[in-house]
Amino acid sequence: MRATGLGKAVPNGDSTLVILQDIGLAIMPREAVAIVGASGSGKSTLLGLLAGLDTPTSGAVELDGIDLFALDEDGRAALRKRLVGFVFQSFQLLPPLTALENVMLPLELAGDRDAEGKARLMLERVGLGERLRHYPKYLSGGEQQRVALARAFVVEPKLLFADEPTGNLDAATGAGIIELLFALNAERGTTLVLVTHDEALARRCNRQVRLVAGRVQQ
Amino acid sequence: MLARDWRAGELRVLALALFVAVTAISSVGFFADRVKQALTREAHQLLGGDLLLVADHPWSDRFRDEARARGLATAETTTLISMARSGEQSQLVGVKAVSDGYPLRGRLRTAAAPNAPDAETREVPRPGTVWVDERLTAALGVKAGDSLELGDSTLTVAAVLTLEPDRGVQFFNIAPRVLMNRADLAATGLVQPGSRLSYALAVAGERKTVDAFEAWAKANLGRGESIQGLAGARPEIRQALDRAQQFLGLTAMLAAILAAVAIGLSTRRYSERHLDGYAVMRCLGASQRQLFALFAWEFVALAAAACAAGVLAGLAAQEVLARVASELIAAALPAPSLAPAAQGFAAGFVLVLGFALPPLMQLRNVPAIRVIRREVGPPRQGAVGGYALGLAAAAALLVWQAGDLKLGLYVMGGFAAAFVAFAGAAFLALRAFASAAPLAGPSWRYGLANLRRRSRANTVQILALALGLTAILLLTFTRADLIGAWRAKTPADAPNRFVLNIQPDQREAVLAFFAANGLPVPHVYPMVRGRLVAINDKPVRVDDYESERTRRLVEREFNLSYMADLPGHNRVVAGRWFDANDLARGALSVEQGIAQTLGIRIGDRLTWEVGAQRFSAPVTDLRGLDWDSMRVNFFVIATPKLLEGFPASFITSFNLPESRAAAMNRLVAAFPNLTVVDMSAVLRQALSIMDQVIRAVQFVFLFALAAGLLVLYAALLATQDERVQEAAVMRALGASRAQVAAASRAEFLSLGFLAGLLAAAGAVAIGHVLAAGVFQFPYHPDPWIWLAGPALGLAAVGLNAWAGTRAALARPPIAALREA
Repeated sequence: MRATGLGKAVPNGDSTLVILQDIGLAIMPREAVAIVGASGSGKSTLLGLLAGLDTPTSGAVELDGIDLFALDEDGRAALRKRLVGFVFQSFQLLPPLTALENVMLPLELAGDRDAEGKARLMLERVGLGERLRHYPKYLSGGEQQRVALARAFVVEPKLLFADEPTGNLDAATGAGIIELLFALNAERGTTLVLVTHDEALARRCNRQVRLVAGRVQQ
Repeated sequence: MLARDWRAGELRVLALALFVAVTAISSVGFFADRVKQALTREAHQLLGGDLLLVADHPWSDRFRDEARARGLATAETTTLISMARSGEQSQLVGVKAVSDGYPLRGRLRTAAAPNAPDAETREVPRPGTVWVDERLTAALGVKAGDSLELGDSTLTVAAVLTLEPDRGVQFFNIAPRVLMNRADLAATGLVQPGSRLSYALAVAGERKTVDAFEAWAKANLGRGESIQGLAGARPEIRQALDRAQQFLGLTAMLAAILAAVAIGLSTRRYSERHLDGYAVMRCLGASQRQLFALFAWEFVALAAAACAAGVLAGLAAQEVLARVASELIAAALPAPSLAPAAQGFAAGFVLVLGFALPPLMQLRNVPAIRVIRREVGPPRQGAVGGYALGLAAAAALLVWQAGDLKLGLYVMGGFAAAFVAFAGAAFLALRAFASAAPLAGPSWRYGLANLRRRSRANTVQILALALGLTAILLLTFTRADLIGAWRAKTPADAPNRFVLNIQPDQREAVLAFFAANGLPVPHVYPMVRGRLVAINDKPVRVDDYESERTRRLVEREFNLSYMADLPGHNRVVAGRWFDANDLARGALSVEQGIAQTLGIRIGDRLTWEVGAQRFSAPVTDLRGLDWDSMRVNFFVIATPKLLEGFPASFITSFNLPESRAAAMNRLVAAFPNLTVVDMSAVLRQALSIMDQVIRAVQFVFLFALAAGLLVLYAALLATQDERVQEAAVMRALGASRAQVAAASRAEFLSLGFLAGLLAAAGAVAIGHVLAAGVFQFPYHPDPWIWLAGPALGLAAVGLNAWAGTRAALARPPIAALREA
């Protein structure tokens, strides 16, 4: 994945607020990269742009050789479906669906015929084989995040984006999630892009990209 | 703050819901108020005096002299139904022959020509002249100066009658009015045996004198004589109108209760959206009282504005109701009073108190800790009490609207039962639908899963929508089915004309007229008027009977007939038809319905009074007959020997092809005393009245539908944040816009479909109840209703589905995900 000259600015009254400026970044396959920085340094915005969840004011992102922003919103969604997995700070499970159904959803969106079998295996892998039919609101925070990890990895993405994956968890639970995240990452050879405050977590990655006031500090 | 909250949307729904509820309640309130005023304040005018004595025979001088001796003014009227003719045309009319001084209270108004300006008059038609109402000028094409034939007389039309104060409120107003001078009545030859006349003696004067006279008259009343006081003016009409108003009022309440649900939903969303802000204010030291004041004033201002707008709209809407019902209520309605406006306001505030206050009180109790731990909401214990307050408010409104505790409670029970039945069906259907989810694709699976997850909220939405749609289906499909079934009951060749008042000496000539004009010669039946005076020698007294209908039956004269053979369209249901023995000794055959009403059994001996003579005979059979056959039917048939000696007139019915309608004009010209009733016109009139009633009800039901749609919209708003959020997650997982939209549509469309299906089932069920219980004929629902119901439901949620989808896709996924 390659980002060149990436910038994001939002109108702020009469002036413009620059969040990101001239970001250049290249991430190799199977690499684990941590994006770190102070609050408001633009970490999450950068993650959103790299994943194509938002559009930049300038610059380009190339994913697996494809220019993300040459595609329309649905085109980017299709690319995400094929290549990308997500883990969010606030889990973002869909409340009306059971744990199993939540994990099945991306497979089904991709038209996988064995969605249920794969989802079941994946949930067993994260240790939730007994809680397949439970709804998110009956799961603890750690369990919810494990479902989210299962959902992210079940499609075998080439690239996984994780936004403060332990931000809503206590230290012990968070540590467990991190172990699981890196174990799965190693098993499947996924490229990992991680946004975090947690220096310990950042140090486990191959590389750290530090953002200061919207710019990359190497 | 009000303006800012208004833009957020939920207050708009709240205000609209309040507006709909207040409009519905106050429109019916204003309308009812006007009718009530017309009935009470103008009761003197409706009577045409302070006291009205009514009889089916002329009043004896005793009453007249007594009134005059006490210094009371008197006036007399005689009314009857007859035929009026002009040239080749003839028309059934209601003749009212009046004495000088009529009416004692109120004034007649007349005009020189139809639609010309009218003026009050203190006079009555001079002898030799008549005043006719506008309908008759149109029906016969007569104008002032033309002559009008009435019975044997030819009278001159002198004016167009525009207002007859004592005509007041009327149902089944078949015949246009001819007002004539009482001095001309005898010469018309219309007063004959068998003609049904009503003689009224009106008195007016000092209150005390009138009361004293009333007491005297009461003690001296004979058979077939009665008194109508101010309180009892037109009791049957008052009763019918009361029922109609209650029904309209309760329909308005249905709208109000649905609106209340919308109010509750939107207030809850309002309070949820304000929880954070209020938590911060608590954190900064604001007291509960300060917080309460903050939103209380906002809501009071909003409610006052919405109620005021609703009352104004109600004022406009009641005018529509009054126009729709214009044929039912002929009296000029007085301007509405202010009371219904106050009622509208009160109802609006009760709704706000009952349904908006509970969620708002929760807002007041928001714990300050929420600023740190967002999942901490307000304490829940207030919620149950909140529902109780809402239910109590709804119950109070219902009882108040019904104007009667028992009826109010009954209706509440009925509403509750209907709500529970619909809600139960909706809930089960939702479950069944959602269980099909695993079979569907991901979009539909997600949409259907939402149905299940939000099953409580969705049940409320389906319920609200289904009730509104039921009303629409009921008034379109079910109504058409019922009217169709009613029409189908009467075969095309059923008799459509009745000829009454055929005198014995005219009988052969009338039959010859039919033959000479190439019409099939109908069967004529003799008719003798008699009064039932005793059953098994026990005198029949009005006071022995409870029901109003029975009392009227006992009081008036029956039309008795005599014949040796059972008419083909009658059947014996108990006992046996007259045999030779009965024919020799005398026997009676009684219609089963009236036998039941009066408690008559086979073998009972009935004593009748015809004129001044009496006769008795045993009942040997009970007959069943089909009143809708349009044939001549009699409650009581005697063996010929019993009645042959009494003065009789003859009656017949037959089918007249519309192409031969002119023959009836010739018949009436040849026999001026005959009365020809065009049953197709009566039927048309009845249908038109039924239609007016239905339209008035439909109009009020529109409010219920509007309220139902508001509930739907309020529920959409309530779940909007959630939808936007979840759509963003789906987008992040790679779902296309089309897939997200499909999921949202799946949910809404299932909802609309289920609501429509339930509505169709509800309408069909009500149709069956009406057909079996009220109209008593078989009902075959139009199968299209099963398509129309769901289609209507889908159309109703279409806008919601579109709005919901649009909101969910409006923003880039990152924006929604960040807010979580």
